[in-house]
Amino acid sequence: MNLSDTARSALRSLRANKLRSALTTLGIIIGVAAVITMLAVGEGAKQRVAEQLRGLGTNLMLVLPGTVTTSGVRLGAGSRNTLTEADAAAIRDEVPRTLAAAPALRGTGQIVYGNLNWSTLIYGVTPEYLAAREWGVARGRALDDNDLRSGAKVAVVGQTVAEMLFGGTDPTGQTLRVKHVPFTVVGLLAPKGQNLTGQDQDDVVLVPITTARGRILGTTQGRLRTVNNVTVKMADGADMKTAEAQVRELLRQRHRLQPEQDDDFNIRNLSEVVEAEQAASKALSALLAAVASVSLLVGGIGIMNIMLVSVTERTREIGIRLAVGARRRDILTQFLVEAVILALIGALAGIALGLGSSLGLGRALGWDIAFQPHAVLLAVASASAVGIFFGWYPARKASRLAPVEALRYQ
Amino acid sequence: MHPPSDPRPLIEVEDLARDYPLGEVVVPALRGVSLAIRRGEFVAIMGPSGSGKSTFMNLLGCLDRPTAGRYRLDGEDVTGLDPDRLAALRNQTLGFVFQSFNLLPRASAQENVELPLLYAGVKAAERQRRALEQLDRVGLADKAGNLPAQLSGGQQQRVAIARALVNTPALILADEPTGALDTRTSLELMALFQALNAAGITLVLVTHEHDIAAFARRVLGFRDGRLVEDRPLAAPRRAAELL
Repeated sequence: MNLSDTARSALRSLRANKLRSALTTLGIIIGVAAVITMLAVGEGAKQRVAEQLRGLGTNLMLVLPGTVTTSGVRLGAGSRNTLTEADAAAIRDEVPRTLAAAPALRGTGQIVYGNLNWSTLIYGVTPEYLAAREWGVARGRALDDNDLRSGAKVAVVGQTVAEMLFGGTDPTGQTLRVKHVPFTVVGLLAPKGQNLTGQDQDDVVLVPITTARGRILGTTQGRLRTVNNVTVKMADGADMKTAEAQVRELLRQRHRLQPEQDDDFNIRNLSEVVEAEQAASKALSALLAAVASVSLLVGGIGIMNIMLVSVTERTREIGIRLAVGARRRDILTQFLVEAVILALIGALAGIALGLGSSLGLGRALGWDIAFQPHAVLLAVASASAVGIFFGWYPARKASRLAPVEALRYQ
Repeated sequence: MHPPSDPRPLIEVEDLARDYPLGEVVVPALRGVSLAIRRGEFVAIMGPSGSGKSTFMNLLGCLDRPTAGRYRLDGEDVTGLDPDRLAALRNQTLGFVFQSFNLLPRASAQENVELPLLYAGVKAAERQRRALEQLDRVGLADKAGNLPAQLSGGQQQRVAIARALVNTPALILADEPTGALDTRTSLELMALFQALNAAGITLVLVTHEHDIAAFARRVLGFRDGRLVEDRPLAAPRRAAELL
């Protein structure tokens, strides 16, 4: 008996018990839908995290000034200006495998171009900053050492700022005013998107840190040249934990902190944030994988149960088939094919349900969804495996029936 | 009207016995039967229920295995064969007709007749041709697409006969084939059997009705698991003439 004849007769007997077949496949449907959803959500999360990683730049640390505690009142991070450009230079020079340690001054301010104005983040940076952030320019040029040395009144604007003030036209060569100081726009930054907290990283104006200190953000002038933060980028493959410890040790020495004193700075390891996100999405995937495998298992047991009932119910049919010359393997194949078809129907319905549910989840919860073509293959393969595994015992039981007893069965 | 009987025996049994274990007790259903049936014979097996006639029939049909004794079918010792070889014998050498027809309820008449060909590995077009040929032979060419439930008892039994014939077996075994049919339908069926026998097919038929046995050419009587009577019928009744 060839396979297509067997499949046709299997479909016929499944059709004879439509409701029962449908209920039997339910477990498989849920299992496969969970597999599809799991992979779509998991892959979506992975892609989003990867994108954020790219946006942030990898191997990054952000060093922030510390807090001040006055009479037990603790002011927030950055309340004391303990971090200086010299600290940044020391990190760059003394911590091994540092690619960049970019000090930055930050402030907000109203910028004006023609009759338009826009409040944005003003960053006073060194040329190192863009290198540390792996951030290029889309037009014009980045800030260079000449700008820094001469305290040039030049600016590089982010995409959002360009959009708001220049309406999408080329901003390079234009002059805008930052706190009444005219700056020439020399470059347009490449788009960067949102950071982990949803902040628009393109809503920024970069100026040389020297200019910023002298002209617009210069609230803390003086020898110390304090900064608002230092972005530290380590070489690829550097151990961020070690680097963090080394930076901490260096700054504690430089700030002459006694062992009992708290740090007067904060180090944020940006990779850790991303890793936490990754761990969360892994946990979610693991949860869905557990649901999927339990459901496939339960579905398989359901198939086995129904196939056992079916073998008992159709004992007489088996007897007839044996009497007209069916071999044991014909009967085995017949019931196995039925179990696999049941599982495959479940898989197809499950794929449809899974696509629907992951789209729905994505829309309802705002999650990123990435469909995996191989998820469909995986679903079909695992459903077939379930069908064969759980169909084997009933099918074997059917094939071992003695013809005379099967025929006598009422 | 008597086709010349082939002298070679188609069936040879020696001291054939079958015990059924029933809990602690062993019930002997067949206690040693020896006989031979030649090609072309039409044999009726008679006996009260529990006489062992159905057990004997199941052994002849390779549906069951004997506890002791030998059985040679068409010259081949069947007793020690493996399940696959027995399946092949049931498929190629034997045809069954049962009291309760034993058709697959969800398959059409034609599909039921095709079933033995399916297991013989015959291609679809050839299956269809041969199934329709046999349905025509039993007078049901126009009912090929009907489900068993859409056929009368007599028609269902004819479908079963077409199924038994479709692989051109050497032997047809019929277990109480008229048991579920009324008198007239029974006569029609016996006429069909007699016609098949006249065409050279060996028939062994179990019945408890003397009227039915009277259409055979040899009657075997069973009682308490033993063969107690073996007589030829010189002038069997002709079913076709009684219709």
